[in-house]
Amino acid sequence: MKPEAVYFFGTCVVDLFFPEAGLAGIELLEREGVRVVFPRGQTCCAQPAFNCGYHEEARAVARSQMALFPKPIPVVVPSGSCAGMMKHHYPDLFEGTPEHARAVAFASRVHELTQFLAVVLGVRLADRGEKTTVTWHSSCHGLREMGLETEPKALLSQLSNVTVVPLKRERECCGFGGTFSVRYPDISAAMVADKVADVAGTSAPTVLSADAACLLNIGGALGAAGAAVRPRHLADFLWERTRER
Amino acid sequence: MSAESPAPSAPDFHAASSKALRDPSIRANFRRAMDGLMSKRAAQFPDSVEWNTLRAIAASVRARSLAKLPELLEALEAKCVANGLKVHWASTTGEANAIVLGILRGHGATRLVKGKSMVSEEMHLNDFLAENGVESLETDLGEYIIQLDGETPSHIIMPAIHKNRQQIARLFGQKIRDAVYTEDVDALTATARRVLRQKFFEAEAGLSGVNFAVAETGTLCLVENEGNGRMSTHVPPVHIAVMGLEKVVERLEDVPPLLTVLTRSATGQPISTYFNMITAPRGPGEKDGPREIHLVILDNGRSRIFSDPELQVTLRCIRCGACMNHCPVYTRIGGHAYEAIYPGPIGMVLTPQTEGLARRHELPHASSLCHACAEICPVEIPITRLLVRLRKEAARPSPGSKVLGAGGGRSRLEDLAWAGWKAAHVSPLLYQAMTTLVRLASPLIPSKFGPMKAWTNVRSKPRPARRTLHDLAREKGVPDA
Repeated sequence: MKPEAVYFFGTCVVDLFFPEAGLAGIELLEREGVRVVFPRGQTCCAQPAFNCGYHEEARAVARSQMALFPKPIPVVVPSGSCAGMMKHHYPDLFEGTPEHARAVAFASRVHELTQFLAVVLGVRLADRGEKTTVTWHSSCHGLREMGLETEPKALLSQLSNVTVVPLKRERECCGFGGTFSVRYPDISAAMVADKVADVAGTSAPTVLSADAACLLNIGGALGAAGAAVRPRHLADFLWERTRER
Repeated sequence: MSAESPAPSAPDFHAASSKALRDPSIRANFRRAMDGLMSKRAAQFPDSVEWNTLRAIAASVRARSLAKLPELLEALEAKCVANGLKVHWASTTGEANAIVLGILRGHGATRLVKGKSMVSEEMHLNDFLAENGVESLETDLGEYIIQLDGETPSHIIMPAIHKNRQQIARLFGQKIRDAVYTEDVDALTATARRVLRQKFFEAEAGLSGVNFAVAETGTLCLVENEGNGRMSTHVPPVHIAVMGLEKVVERLEDVPPLLTVLTRSATGQPISTYFNMITAPRGPGEKDGPREIHLVILDNGRSRIFSDPELQVTLRCIRCGACMNHCPVYTRIGGHAYEAIYPGPIGMVLTPQTEGLARRHELPHASSLCHACAEICPVEIPITRLLVRLRKEAARPSPGSKVLGAGGGRSRLEDLAWAGWKAAHVSPLLYQAMTTLVRLASPLIPSKFGPMKAWTNVRSKPRPARRTLHDLAREKGVPDA
């Protein structure tokens, strides 16, 4: 059933580095007649501290975020990783505390944007763009925590002028992993180098993902390698190709 | 000191992994081998519904075994004794080594043939026996290769996977008497076979690991492909089996569901070439089999792991190695970089718990948490969740934590960094101030400055957008509530 209103949790990486993707997400939702609420106090899902084992700090941030999304309406997140954090790890984080029930209730309202568009809203997209080719990087947390596998391709397949050339190792991690990329820069570099070679091998001018953090990593490595491939968030790509001009 | 005994100072995973990355043969050998293993495994589980069913059954068998672990171990001992085996308990690897040496001395044995056993690697048994005048010979082809080269396994199933054919050919040419240099795999195998055949007949004792020990019947199950396991356990007059205490299962009918996911996950085989079920020594009137069988049950930190309700699931592991094959980190650095008995994802969970977080707190961080390991684990070990738990135990131990070396990864600097991170993210005002500062200061920060350098070595400097999503949403008039 189509909800009348949703919350939008933009995520900190989108906020700072890919704001156009966040705005595109909001536009895509509004076009379906959904009222989008963007609580101004929002910051970060708390995943960095959680993954590093700083759960007290993560709880404090998670608590402050949950308080900003009080109404019983969906919380839509343009990142499989942040959505996975809120949906699967908030309940873990508050396990054994009086806030557990609240975290579970909140988690049940969390949706990844692509899934929300494809499954909950059942969007129909009309392609208004030129013929082009793209490749798709399936982000690990989207794929393995949120089960985001068929939805992005289903949405892309609605775009008549877009051809998707798959990566050879579509399911392989790009090597970001949050603080992993800084703690183990050499391993991370080896991983992203392989990803960039895979992307370049498709000859597509655009690499899409539904996770801004992967795009920051892959895009940074593409940039350093001087490759003329543009990293783009799926929401941004979908909106740009389907908006009325 | 031998290469296999633990170093006195903590291993430096940073240095070891970076060194491995600079070795092109490691990268090439592992990538090729892991690609092959992944596709063979995938071909064994074409149907996701069947896969999910099989792993749910296997996971439940292992979960039940652990839920009843103390009573199953007692039942196993009673049954084995009734079957005519001698059962020994060892809480440390030192005790286990002493037990094995005692048995060998009791028979005046100086030549031992070994089937593949990771528990014997935990014990550093070969070195220990060599120091005590016993020749301990690996008979699994991969183990034989690395023993010739004085190395440790780089993978728990395929111990010599880091070597390619040419490297093995050179090694055989140098180390085996009368061996001529050849890169022909069949000829190399035949050379090893010729050496090993003789050793099987000469050895006074054989040693093996155990894949599953059945409490109901006292049966020791051994999975192998080369027949060397059967030779090691049946030809010499004495057989010593060593097992970790978690290997027990309740009933004989628990074995098939585990065996099927083990061989399919490990090597992509529907079943291994050999599956040995060892229950009793040679009986009166029987013409073959050992006259004596000993079972050594090793703890070596497992009871401690068992005592933590969340980490206990570590002990479900059936040692298939699939988590290594699918790990993007392991694939690139290989097994030796971990400087641990068990490398890869399960090793990153196991090693810090057995060696202690004070020594190995860096290991649980050597993962991008991509979940590829947890996704393919045939007994549903939530490896990534356990990695996060261990990161927490290292930095911020739970009250009464039983994890060895809990708090051993504390860093004042990191504590401070996360306190600052928290302050900036619980306060919308501070957060806005921070994003503004980042945007304004970003062009001024040199790209090779401080922690930024780790990122910009292979990537262009991340450039914040001119306006944040907060700005864009405000301008567009997106409601706040």
